[in-house]
Amino acid sequence: MAIRKENGRIINGYPNRRADLRKHPRVRETIIQALLFLAGFVSIFTTIGIVYELGKEALLFFRTPEVNLWEFLTGTSWQPHIEEFGVLPLALSTLITSSIAMMIAIPLGLTAAIYLSEYATERVRKILKPTLEVLAGIPTIVYGYFALTFVTPLLRSIFGEDVVEIYNMASGGLVMGILILPLVASMSEDALHAVPNALREAAFGLGATRLEVALKVVVPAAMSGIAAAIIVGISRAIGETMIVAVAVGAGPNFTFNPFRGAETMTGYIVRISGGDLSYDSIDYNSIFAIGLLLFFITLTLNIISQRIVRRFREVYE
Amino acid sequence: MNANNDQYVLQTRNLSVYYGDFKAVTDVNINIPRNKITAIIGPSGCGKSTLLRAFNRMNELVPGSRVEGEVLFNGQNLYAKDVDPVEVRHRIGMVFQKPNPFPKSIYENVAWGARIHGYRGNMDELVERCLVQAALWDEVKDILHRSGLALSGGQQQRLCIARAIAVQPEVILMDEPASALDPIATLKIEELMQELKKSYTIVIVTHNMQQAARVSDYTAMMMLVDEHSRSGTVIEFDETHKIFTRPSDKRTEDYVTGRFG
Repeated sequence: MAIRKENGRIINGYPNRRADLRKHPRVRETIIQALLFLAGFVSIFTTIGIVYELGKEALLFFRTPEVNLWEFLTGTSWQPHIEEFGVLPLALSTLITSSIAMMIAIPLGLTAAIYLSEYATERVRKILKPTLEVLAGIPTIVYGYFALTFVTPLLRSIFGEDVVEIYNMASGGLVMGILILPLVASMSEDALHAVPNALREAAFGLGATRLEVALKVVVPAAMSGIAAAIIVGISRAIGETMIVAVAVGAGPNFTFNPFRGAETMTGYIVRISGGDLSYDSIDYNSIFAIGLLLFFITLTLNIISQRIVRRFREVYE
Repeated sequence: MNANNDQYVLQTRNLSVYYGDFKAVTDVNINIPRNKITAIIGPSGCGKSTLLRAFNRMNELVPGSRVEGEVLFNGQNLYAKDVDPVEVRHRIGMVFQKPNPFPKSIYENVAWGARIHGYRGNMDELVERCLVQAALWDEVKDILHRSGLALSGGQQQRLCIARAIAVQPEVILMDEPASALDPIATLKIEELMQELKKSYTIVIVTHNMQQAARVSDYTAMMMLVDEHSRSGTVIEFDETHKIFTRPSDKRTEDYVTGRFG
């Protein structure tokens, strides 16, 4: 076919084709690229903004003469009205409730994920997985009341009313575990499901049982995704607010006993920010310091987990 | 037909394989001789891999698949009710089309199968012996701790063969083991097969007729049952040189001489 040229352009059905090979601007590409950059920039900028605001307010708190950073980090008494600002009671309570939650969420979530990915038929999986994800959609305040009005009475009838206080960390932690369970299960299931079938076939072809395939091939290969699921779960547990505010208690308490009432870092923040304290009181400023500490805890967790994952994961592609 | 079991390691009796309602393989009757290489050839989509996977019950991993007829392994029906597919696959190993080493070290790849079956001997010796048998030892003996995926495609496939023989099967099924490899790597695998047949029976599916002619002692020619069907069957099974020089079926002749499709 002869090449037909018009005004230096080759036609033949492609009116935009030029005769030369020189660069020319592509407006749509440029616009899209800018929009994508903007979207990425907004999320980063927001994070920076949050850290700045937290830091600025926290600085006000640490500048007050009554406060000292060392006491803040190591003190075991948090009593703002008598100017005792030791964050450990709040941090310990967060640690205990989160640990209880993860003791529920990790084993049950992983087991559920392995069942869904390696054992369930496609039909069962298609029904169960969305159902599990609905669990994650229940408002956390509902979980809070579930903890207070169902789990706490249950714990008290099992362990005795003189052992288990009405507001206690165990109840909040257990229910938080149930809240996080679908998150861990769903993310882990995604990671397991993404492992190529060729690896399963290789293992089956060697005479492996379904359990051996699941535990010795698929889970190790999916370890980075599973670790990510666990870390997201932990971060969620540390940051969870509504359940602990409702069920765990409203007074800082330095105790290792999970059946006692206490107040977590988030529980304290929500109580103070919801109250009618004036903006420049020292109590008010303290919540930013605690918020900043929370931020650093989750940040550290993320960094540690990334190290662990990079060390142990089995790259399958 | 009443062949003795010593000569044939695998025998099929009116074997048909279904995926749900779809009959992929129809009525196959072949006897696979011990310590020989048997090739399964034929056009795409005629059920070669399906037939191969019926030999160690790998088909069962596909939901909805089922089998009619029998596959006799040393005279015992693999599809009898009391047969455990895990035991079947321990004795009848498999090498796949695309090399699929585990994302573990070279050593662990070979040791994996032996471990799950509770191997009691010296694991280092086993790993070395299998890698030697798979003609890979010299290339990897100093990097045993490195990931199996760090190897080239041809090395990975030989690693998969080493992994398969580590559990000491009687039969090794190979599903187009060289189709993803370059000619030199292919040649290595083919040489390796000649070595392996001293100790194992090999059944290989291949698209490559020259390969079948080069490596195999027996050849099963598969073809769709008829032109209206999507179901395949073995139309001719014989010694390889007969299949390629004096086939008794016209369709086989057309196919091996390149006049087919």
